[in-house]
Amino acid sequence: MTDYRVEPPVFDPSLHGKTQPHQPERPLTQEEVEAESQARIQARIQARIQAHIDTHGSLQPAPEPRQYERRADPAPSRMAYRMQRLSLTPLFRGFMRFGVPALAALGVVGFLMNNAASREMITTQVNTLRKAFEERPEFMVKAMAIDGASEKVAADIRVILPIEFPLTSFDLDLEEMRRQIGELDPVATASLRVREGGILQIDVTERVPAVVWRGPEGVFLLDETGHRVRSLLARAERPDLPLITGAGAELAVEEARRLMAVAQPLENRLRGLVRVGSRRWDLVFDRNQRVMLPAEDPVSAMRRVLALNNAQDLMERDVTVIDMRLPGRPTLRLAQEASEGLQRIRALGNE
Amino acid sequence: MSDLYETQRAMRNVRKAAMQRGVIAVLDVGTSKVACLVLRFDGSVQGYDPDGVGSLAGQSGFRVIGAATTRSRGVRFGEIDAIHETERAIRTALQSAQKMADVRVDHVIVSFSGANPRSYGLAGEVELESGPVSEGDIARVMSGADVPDYGAGREVLHAQPVNFAVDHRSGYADPRGQIGNRLAADLHMLTVDAHVIQNILYCVKRCDLELAGVASSAYVSGVSSLVEDEQELGAATVDLGGGSTGISVFIKKHMIYADAVRLGGDHVTSDISVGLQVPWQAAERIKTLHGGVVATGMDDRDMIETGGDTGDWEHDRRQVSRAELIGIMRPRVEEILEEVRARLDAAGFDSLPGQKIVLTGAGSQIPGLDGLASRILGQQVRMGRPMRVPGLPQSATGPGFSSVVGLSLFAANPQDEYWDFDIPTATYPARSLRRAVRWFKDNW
Repeated sequence: MTDYRVEPPVFDPSLHGKTQPHQPERPLTQEEVEAESQARIQARIQARIQAHIDTHGSLQPAPEPRQYERRADPAPSRMAYRMQRLSLTPLFRGFMRFGVPALAALGVVGFLMNNAASREMITTQVNTLRKAFEERPEFMVKAMAIDGASEKVAADIRVILPIEFPLTSFDLDLEEMRRQIGELDPVATASLRVREGGILQIDVTERVPAVVWRGPEGVFLLDETGHRVRSLLARAERPDLPLITGAGAELAVEEARRLMAVAQPLENRLRGLVRVGSRRWDLVFDRNQRVMLPAEDPVSAMRRVLALNNAQDLMERDVTVIDMRLPGRPTLRLAQEASEGLQRIRALGNE
Repeated sequence: MSDLYETQRAMRNVRKAAMQRGVIAVLDVGTSKVACLVLRFDGSVQGYDPDGVGSLAGQSGFRVIGAATTRSRGVRFGEIDAIHETERAIRTALQSAQKMADVRVDHVIVSFSGANPRSYGLAGEVELESGPVSEGDIARVMSGADVPDYGAGREVLHAQPVNFAVDHRSGYADPRGQIGNRLAADLHMLTVDAHVIQNILYCVKRCDLELAGVASSAYVSGVSSLVEDEQELGAATVDLGGGSTGISVFIKKHMIYADAVRLGGDHVTSDISVGLQVPWQAAERIKTLHGGVVATGMDDRDMIETGGDTGDWEHDRRQVSRAELIGIMRPRVEEILEEVRARLDAAGFDSLPGQKIVLTGAGSQIPGLDGLASRILGQQVRMGRPMRVPGLPQSATGPGFSSVVGLSLFAANPQDEYWDFDIPTATYPARSLRRAVRWFKDNW
């Protein structure tokens, strides 16, 4: 097939100024033949596609080749099968759930405890944590406040409780501190607590001195139960309190106080009480007068003495000893002059 | 029959042990699929079914707790052909069923369809000593039945008493307590090739399981797909499987005949594969999606893409009409059904009072099969699906699962078999001695 169409003029420098020469008809080259057949094939394909579109309405793509290849074998291996059966065994499941974690925990603990270095590390860690917790500001005690104690007692308490503030309240042994404070003589009771604001509050009740006791070791103040309050340098420090002395006087302070209460009317003459033989009291008045009381029921004996005194001014007379030791037979010992005078009067009477 | 008696009794004891444990697996080894169900026996009778129809009238007492199906491999004609392949398929099914059940299973009951089953009718007869019929008498009459020579290399799969007669009164299902002079029994014995059972035993042992029983899949699919009055009046089950088609005939709630045709759905597929020149898998797909046995005018216009991946455009883009496909399938299906008809005729199915034929198995899902089957097998043909059992997943309720569902019913309510009775040991001497004693009593 020859193309008779006139080719459009092409600019060719070699043909400059000349008309285009006549192209003689020539046999087609190999390339042209191939191109031609290709064009024919393309035309047929186009026609076929068009026919397909006419038939089916649209051009359908060729379906994806379906994959019929064999899948991998889904069967479990014998080992996997057995493992699965094992994992379905109730005993084994229980062991895996509880036994294995317990054993693992036991193993870890045992390993750590066997190793000295790790054990030390653990204790250090624990201590550090504990310390960090205890030393939180909420738990710190910064000061001590003592209420109800005299200055001297407060100073004593500060001496026997050597606490360096600030200190965590976990390190305070309040019970032990209370015991220590209670061991102080002037302290009757003590109560300790950590007040809010980090203050160690100590409430102290002091013993109230009731008598002055002159004992073998010196002069002491005793409270009403006979407990020492403090020592005195001299009895004159507390002239307001009665003096007691003699063996075992400090053990019968209560009785002494009862006697003194009874002997109230003679108080300004009373010099003191003397315990005799750890069993009975002598009341010593000025002018060296002495009332000797029985061991049994000394209070009523004292009352009788007071009654005699009221009736006959017994104490004003020249009597040195009023002996009430035998309640049924009170005895008077006169002074030397008085007895001589009495004898003289009797002699006059006899003449 | 004695060593078989021992093995069957051993399997029966294993089954009892499994019932005590409460968990048992049932496994149907078919040609095209291996199906496995895990059953839990809790002993409780199931309560009122809100749908109004209790499965098995509340007798089942078990629940399906695991179900799995996998493609079968290495099985041809319902017999294990490549043991290791089949073992892997069984393992796959068992593993996923156990996983679903979340329980370990140690005992399994297996059914299979092939192995050339052959039915025998046995008759036995004994004189009754005195008084009512006892269990020992039943054992005696069954062990006294005349066993035919079923050939070497065969094993008895089922041996079930189907009928008892005392004197001239026949038709007893349970003759115990009846008084008479003579007890006769009819047994149905099913024998299969021994090597098939051995292969199954081997596979089960390789899966670390104990075999708790074997059953013919034709029998168990009849158990699950026949309703009660069909079993009572006489019916045949045709289980159209992949590699073989099982036939079982029931009357008076007993199987009296079982057989298998060594043709099945796989043959239809291979016909399609050859006829349409497509690969096996493509043929299977075309069969299941477009298959049929009755062609209509519409089917001529119904074009099916055959597909293919040969790379030849013309070959891969072929289309066939559905009528052509039906033309390929129908002769093969007819052949199968005619073979079934021949077997049923040989078994004397015509003489049964009920002529019901129930088509089940996955092959029965071919559209139009009921029409074709009623032309060949008789008018009373219906499609059968397995009975509803509690817990069965929806995916396992199709006709292809009638044998595995029947197997679970078989596990729950096993039929009395010959080996369920104690054989009277040393039968002859004891009897002669007793006879001598009686002779003395009678004469002096």
